[in-house]
Order: sequence, then C-alpha cells, then structure tokens
Amino acid sequence: MPLPKTERLMNLLIMLLVQRHYAPKSTIRAVLYPEATSDDAFDRMFDRDKEDLRALGVPIQVGHLDGYFEDEPGYRVRADDLALPDVDLAPDEAAVVGLATRVWEQQGLASATTEAVRKLSAAGADIDLTALEIAQPALTADEPSFDAFFDALVARQVVEFDYWRSGTAQPTTRRLQPWGVTRYSGRWYVVGHDLVRDAERVFRLSRVQGAVRAKGKPGAYEIPPGTDIAAVTRRLAPEARTERAVVLVRSGAAEPLRRLATSVEPDVAGPDDRTAWDRLLLDGAVGLEDEVLGLGDAVVVEEPESLRRRVVARLTAAVRTPEGER
Amino acid sequence: MSGPQRGGGGARDQVARLLVLVPYLHARGSVSLGEAAEALGTEPRQLLRDLKVLFMCGLPGGLPDDLIDVDIDALETEDGVVRDDGVIRVSNADYLARPLRLTPVEASAVLVALESLEAVSEADTREVIGRARDKIAAAVARGTGDAEPLPVHAAQEDGGAAQRVLLASRLRDAVAARRQVRLDYYVPARDELSHRVVDPHRVVEHAGTPYLDAWCHTAEAPRLFRLDRVSAAEVLDSEITTEPTEPRDLSAGVLDAGDATTVTLRLAPAARWVTEYYAVQEVRPVGEQPADGSAGDVEVDLLVADERWLTRLLLRLSPHATVVSPPGLDAVFTEAAGRALRLYEDTDVR
Repeated sequence: MPLPKTERLMNLLIMLLVQRHYAPKSTIRAVLYPEATSDDAFDRMFDRDKEDLRALGVPIQVGHLDGYFEDEPGYRVRADDLALPDVDLAPDEAAVVGLATRVWEQQGLASATTEAVRKLSAAGADIDLTALEIAQPALTADEPSFDAFFDALVARQVVEFDYWRSGTAQPTTRRLQPWGVTRYSGRWYVVGHDLVRDAERVFRLSRVQGAVRAKGKPGAYEIPPGTDIAAVTRRLAPEARTERAVVLVRSGAAEPLRRLATSVEPDVAGPDDRTAWDRLLLDGAVGLEDEVLGLGDAVVVEEPESLRRRVVARLTAAVRTPEGER
Repeated sequence: MSGPQRGGGGARDQVARLLVLVPYLHARGSVSLGEAAEALGTEPRQLLRDLKVLFMCGLPGGLPDDLIDVDIDALETEDGVVRDDGVIRVSNADYLARPLRLTPVEASAVLVALESLEAVSEADTREVIGRARDKIAAAVARGTGDAEPLPVHAAQEDGGAAQRVLLASRLRDAVAARRQVRLDYYVPARDELSHRVVDPHRVVEHAGTPYLDAWCHTAEAPRLFRLDRVSAAEVLDSEITTEPTEPRDLSAGVLDAGDATTVTLRLAPAARWVTEYYAVQEVRPVGEQPADGSAGDVEVDLLVADERWLTRLLLRLSPHATVVSPPGLDAVFTEAAGRALRLYEDTDVR
C-alpha cells in the first residue's frame, strides 16, 4: 500500500536527517517508494517531495558517495542547517514579538510572521499573542498586483506584466524574476532581474497595468546570494532621483516649494511685476517637475536647464493641443 | 505560511505543523491537546489527525522501536471523541526536537514588522523591541554563509511621516483637553497659506490619510484639515466654544457631494495614476486601444469641489489630461498653462 504523502515526507526528512553520510538514491527508493513501478515514476515523486521539503525550509544537500557509486547521487540534511539556532528571548522580548503578528495587513506576510512566531514559540519562548497594547503601526499592501508578485517571489516563478514609466505614453511588457519586495515612502516596489533588459530593475507596483501573469515553472531561478534588496531599491528607484534646482516663486505663494527650500532670497527681479518674487534653492527635491507644473504661473524654473526645458515642453504641448483632439 | 505558495497543499501544511508541534512539546513537557491546537492555530480534531500520522513515522527500518511513539489513547475516547484536555505524549522523536530555521520570507516579515513597531514606540518599549529584533536577526544570520537574501524590506517612513504622527498625537491631546488650536494651513486650490483658529473635534483617517475634523472660526463652519497640509499648529489656552457633532460618514469620500460637480476627464496612460490617488467614480476606456492589450486612454468621472483645484491637477498632468465635460473648463486650464508658459518666454534672455 502506498504511504500517505505526509508520512512519506516525514520519513524522508527523518531518513536524511539521521544519516551521517549521504543516503544513496537507490536506498531511498527501496525504503520509501516501494510503489514506484518505473524509474520515471520514482523520479517524479522524489523530485516533488524534495521540492515540498525545500519549500518548507529544509536544506537538502546533494553529494556523491565516496568512490563506489560515481553516478549515484546521495542526499542528506545537516541538523545544524535545519534547526533554528537558539534565540533565548526574555519574557518582555517575547511579548513584543507577539505584537509583530498584528502589524501586517497583507495575507501572505501576515501568515509568514505568524509562522515565524510559532517557530520561535516552539523553540521555547513564551509568546502571549494577547499581550500588552501599544501603538500599532499597520503595514498594508493595497496595490492589486502585490499578491501576484509576492507569490511568484516565494515560488521563484517568472512573471510578465505591463508597466509604464512616468512621462512615457505607452506601457511596455516586462518579464521579471522577482527577488524581493520593498516599501519605500509608503509605496511598494518589486526588485528583480529583468529578462528583457538582462539587468537588475525596480518597478513601482502602482504603475503595473492589469494582471501579473506567472510564466513557466516554479523554482525557475535562484536569487543571487548576498543580494541586498534595500540597497538595489535605493540605487534604482526612480523616486530616489533628486535634483538641485533654483526657482523663482511669487511672494506669498508656492508654499509646497517653500517647505522644501534650503534657502530663500526675498524680493528678487522676476519675470513680471504683478507681484514681488523670491528665489528658492531646492536641494535634493523629489518629483519637482509635476510640483512646479501644478503651481502654474506662481513659479518659474531658473535651473537646471533640463528641468526648465521639460516644464516648457509640457506646457507648450498642453496649450497647443487643438481642441478637437483634446 | 498559507496561500497559493503552499503548492503542496494539505500534506505540506501537515508536515509544517508537525515540525512545529514536536519541538513545541519538547520545550514544554506536558501540554493538553486543546492548548497545543490553539498555540499552533489549528483545531484539536486536526491536531489529533496530525498526531496519528506522526505515530506512523520514524527511522527507516519500520521496527516498532524505530517509530515515533504517541499516546493516542490519552487523546480520544474509545468512541472516537476528541479529548481536548488530554495530555499529548510524544517520545522517540528527539531528532525533531528543534524547530526549523525561519525561511527568508518569514525572517524578513517578522523583522520588518518589529522595525515598524519600534519606529512608533516610546523609548522604553523601543529598547525591548530592539533587543528582540537583534536576537532574531542574529539567529537568522548564524551559520548561513551562502543564505538567500531576505526578500521583504520596508524603509522607515521619512521624517515628514514621523512628524505627522506627532502632530496627530498633539491634536488628539488638544481634543481631549477641549482647547482651541491655531493652524497654519495650506490651501492648494488657492495656493495660499491660511491662518485660522479652530475647535478640534477629532482626528479621523480616510483612505490612509489623517484629517483633523474641526469647527473653523474663520469659515464659521465645520471643516476637515489634512494633516500633511498643516504647516504649524499651536494649542491655545482658550477653551473650545463648539461641541463635537456626530462623527462624519467618510465612507463615500471626504467631499460633500452637495457642493461638488462631476467632471469628466480624458487621461492618457501617463496620467493614469489619477485613478489611484483620487476617488474617481468610473473609468471607461476610450479612443483607439492598443492592439497588444496595453493601456490606452480612459475617461474618468471625478467629483470636484473647487475648479481651481482641478486646474492645478490638470497643470500637474500636462499635457496628458483634458476636460471632456462640463464645457468651458478645458479653456480655463489651457489659459492657466499659457500664463505659466509666458513666464518662460519673458525670461528667455537668460
């Protein structure tokens, strides 16, 4: 009679765990897969089981047995790689760890946190999930594509999606191996290897158009060891790009730019005499182009020339578009 | 974890539960079925099913001594009734005595959650959270030379966000103390910093944005103030002179439909973000849609309380948004764009 799957997975794990050496594939088959009638059937079952155990976080090592069986791989699980190292949480520390389970308001990450806390609790920490009340932040992921990216990331599955960048008219289709998700200034980004561009890329989830499609099989890639998701985001996120700018603003107006100013030179010569003008120096401002446009004729850009040109080009296009096409 | 990533379904979940259950019992000695089920987030009946499977597992060889032993009789009556208070006894399973390492997703999820707790906590709690976080991070890093990177990150919010949390807490104190507040408040529609005295009634949140619901003595009317537009707030000694009314129903948005007009805009793909940031009533694809299925133009209906606010939005979106109806508003926008453009013509000598 074939073993129920849970039993087979448990027995496989135990067998690989208690061995001091690699367990030969043939032995594994004889003990745990007696019902496999062909090599193919066995390979399929064994591969699926290994994948299930790995997905649970079991590190299965593949090696070769010394000398005798050149062609036959062996498998083992090292106890030290498998087990959670001692954490030794003090009672007050255990209490705050319990609170962590209430922070995520996204299903996948809320469950992952709960699972982590259960493991810590199984390691001996007394974690009271109904403990003290302190201010609770809420980490949300409202972007509709978040779940699809997160699931693909966990499954290591390539995804395809339509994406548009600000200032471009058409979205483009991208194929990505997701490496991680990151929240920055209240927005979520996905970081990964862009298969079309063959490079690291960061995508803002709110700019993904339509559905995210999973392509190909799970386990299709590995995340390069040592990848620092946060560092990649800081390097590549378009929002992180800041520029130094000098603008003239009407006296008493353009408060959002005044808040960003590092210095203000009052009462300078401006483009008209309707009001007095102040000169602002903006250092490291983000998203300046849209902000300047929104303030209309209360602001005029002096520097940099590139920003000046972009603002003029967009205003010109707005004014010149004939009524019929608008 | 649950969700679609658990492709292995029932068996994989069951193995996950067993690999937590055995060390959990090992660390505690004597635990009842009901207690253990609650700690593991499952039902006693399910846990008993799990234990019956565990009973069949063990070392290769299949001899009785090789198998894990579970005292099933203590956990159900002869008639098969589950005994929640029965004590679980598992032996011969020492090799499973420690829980699995945290997966990279689990590790980053719990660490990021602790970081956000830390950011909003008082100093003494922050110190405790910091210690817990450091211990978990150390355990995650230990002995994992070529480990997978932690795939979930959240940068702590910028200084502005922290300031808004503080502002909200000061305003709540003013509400509790029934004290008036002097606000410097930016009004984007007029591009103007206004100064006013208000009776704070409550701090409310709508669509993730905090507002102060207050009686404004300048407008002599109730008003909602977005906290991110408050430049300064001074709590005064004077007591409030109006009583809080019933909390407003914000479910339909912060605009009162009574004084708002429905405006239809046409948005090119580059202006699509409007549909994410404002409560648009309807989105309809219009014009020629790209054959490859990518996004084309859309028409959206938007409730607009102030024409000047709309003009600023359209300027900000230039040239990717236009007004379809009501007629006349588009000309207001193009004239404003023209006025801004002329400033550059006049300074072209530079």
